[in-house]
Amino acid sequence: MELYVHPEFEIVRNEKKCIACRVCERQCANCAHGYDADSGSMEGYDEKCVNCHRCVTLCPTKALKIVQTAHTFRPNANWSNNTIRELYLQANTGGVLLSSMGNPRPLPNYFDRILLNASQVTNPPIDPLREPMETRTYLGKKSIPLQRGAAGKLIENLTPQIALTMPLMFSAMSYGSISYNAHASLARAATELGICYNTGEGGLHRAFYRYGSNTIVQVASGRFGIHTDYLMAGAAVEIKMGQGAKPGIGGHLPGKKNVGEVARTRMTPDGSDAISPAPHHDIYSIEDLRQLVYSLKETAGNSKPIIVKIAAVHNVAAIASGVARSGADIIAIDGFRGGTGAAPTRIRDHVGIPIELALASVDTRLREEGIRDDISLVVGGSIRSAADWIKAIALGADACYIATGALLALGCHLCRSCHIGLCNWGIATQRADLVKRLNPEIGAERLVNLVKAWQHELKEVMGGMGINSVEALRGNRLMLRGVGMTQEELRVLGIEHAGS
Amino acid sequence: MSICIETKPNGQPMHFSQLGEQLRALAGQSVILQNCLGQRYIAAGQKNLRVEIEGIPGNALGAYLGEGSSITVHGNAQDATGDTMSAGSITIHGSTGDAAGYGMRGGMILVKGNAGYRAGIHMKEYGKTCPKLIIGGCAGDFLGEYQAGGIIAVLGLGTEGKAPVGRFCGTGQHGGRIFLRGDALPAELPPQVSVRNAEQADLALLLPSLTQFCEAFGADFSMLQASPYWLLTPNSSNPYTDLYAIY
Repeated sequence: MELYVHPEFEIVRNEKKCIACRVCERQCANCAHGYDADSGSMEGYDEKCVNCHRCVTLCPTKALKIVQTAHTFRPNANWSNNTIRELYLQANTGGVLLSSMGNPRPLPNYFDRILLNASQVTNPPIDPLREPMETRTYLGKKSIPLQRGAAGKLIENLTPQIALTMPLMFSAMSYGSISYNAHASLARAATELGICYNTGEGGLHRAFYRYGSNTIVQVASGRFGIHTDYLMAGAAVEIKMGQGAKPGIGGHLPGKKNVGEVARTRMTPDGSDAISPAPHHDIYSIEDLRQLVYSLKETAGNSKPIIVKIAAVHNVAAIASGVARSGADIIAIDGFRGGTGAAPTRIRDHVGIPIELALASVDTRLREEGIRDDISLVVGGSIRSAADWIKAIALGADACYIATGALLALGCHLCRSCHIGLCNWGIATQRADLVKRLNPEIGAERLVNLVKAWQHELKEVMGGMGINSVEALRGNRLMLRGVGMTQEELRVLGIEHAGS
Repeated sequence: MSICIETKPNGQPMHFSQLGEQLRALAGQSVILQNCLGQRYIAAGQKNLRVEIEGIPGNALGAYLGEGSSITVHGNAQDATGDTMSAGSITIHGSTGDAAGYGMRGGMILVKGNAGYRAGIHMKEYGKTCPKLIIGGCAGDFLGEYQAGGIIAVLGLGTEGKAPVGRFCGTGQHGGRIFLRGDALPAELPPQVSVRNAEQADLALLLPSLTQFCEAFGADFSMLQASPYWLLTPNSSNPYTDLYAIY
């Protein structure tokens, strides 16, 4: 017996405004709209609606809205509607609940409880419209002793670095989890902005090799699409050990998405599941990780910095300390609010820790151990705005990764249905008619707009603090104050409470 | 004409980075490494390089190996041999350690002796690129876990009458083929694997590799050809389709 579960959303159509042009019907890949030829009017099928707003946005007469259903179980603070719905679904199917995008639960957000400083009277603010403001960032090992040759000339012994015009990158999203046009948008935008995007673990489509100097290529446990040319194509190689949305488990691109160009780019048989095991089966220790790091460095003739990406979990500071000793040049930490194309709901929502706490504890630990400059620190996992970005830098990050924010710029409406593969915005889908809805030129332009706006906000805030170089903001926790936090939270973050 | 590199100049083993630098400058050539003693990452990611190794190379020998490269080891190899290799060949006149051929996408690894744990995990094939891992002796636990493509064969030479592999053989297999020579099967096989006697058409896929194995190590081809083989293949190329509840 299957229990009926009432739809979560209702399609509300203003019949006075609707002209039955059938745009909504054509635009909805979930088939939530239909046309009744007898009455000449449109119909909505609430049970198919994922609330992605494609129809609402494109309706020429603005006749549509989507509302959360008022239908409810008997109100219960312990057993929420969602909890009951999920339980029924599992009793109906016996399946592991699958979700997409970042953790939606109302857990504490420490960025929202951190406030920034500004100068008054002494150490006056700087106007970024008039004064130069440096946001250029180099990621890689910095603790290299200065050496001079016989004539006193500096010996260039710097290990490879990623050069960025600002401390921001687009984080890993594989071709397969997102579309060709989404990747094209990210690659073009990263190139125009002088930053990097990240291939994720799905390989690099041959058409994107030309964006190589603005690309980070990833090596994950499935080792998809990896060959010598791929490893040499990017500005850096990232070893993915973990992901904030699903720490401790691997990835799984279903066979129905692993088709055509996606399968070709991953170099796997068409239609077979692309399974990334939870561990790298050649890594069971920091020593093994070191081996993978150095095998990549050797392959690249020591020309590429190596990033090791881990999820923010309980012992993240100790893990990061190990990673810093593995020979990696950059450590990327992904917080528990980070997005995903598909992850088991319980893992996405309950495993891992907030990036703010992970970042602060890692930065503190690496400083205490005197190895902070051996490695650059990049953090992601729901950097939602320039404010989060600036706070992360002040907490100790060398740069931030954004992905959900970048997808929003491309038109994502956070309906969290990526795993269904019918993204009406052409982002998280491989269906050709949907993919072409995302124009890579427009997509790139919107990404460039977003990042340039954030860069300007960064400069404004830095100027307000009397700081003219982002280097002077990094790890500058004196620029931060907490509000409404416990002593323990303040201690972990390494900041004072507001007013003190 | 081969170029000789003494990897133990002045009695001290050369550091892997120094050896790597020399090898990268020798692409297109044939090289003999003398007195090899545990140097890691030899020929990692290199194309068109032929290396003969006298002694014992270290971990990650021929990792990411590219087209036109061949490595021959006159001795044993250590862990992660041919990790994520793309093409070329690695021939080992001895045994190899754990995780040989992990994530291998193409090319061939021939091992005269045994392989350790986790050999051939997550091997995969695409189009005409079909990796092959042929182990003359036995293999440890977890052989061919998550295998997504390619051919693994374990010949069990010298241990006839016993299954030539350890436990958990082929767990999560969703592509490719594992051939096990002999009559004995491991006591338990995971549910993702179906097993049957290899037939003539199946063996046709294996025989070219066996020919190369015999050419490399002087084994008896007609005996190998006449032997019975078990064939392990996945039950499904989509083993986890029913695992999830979508909402």
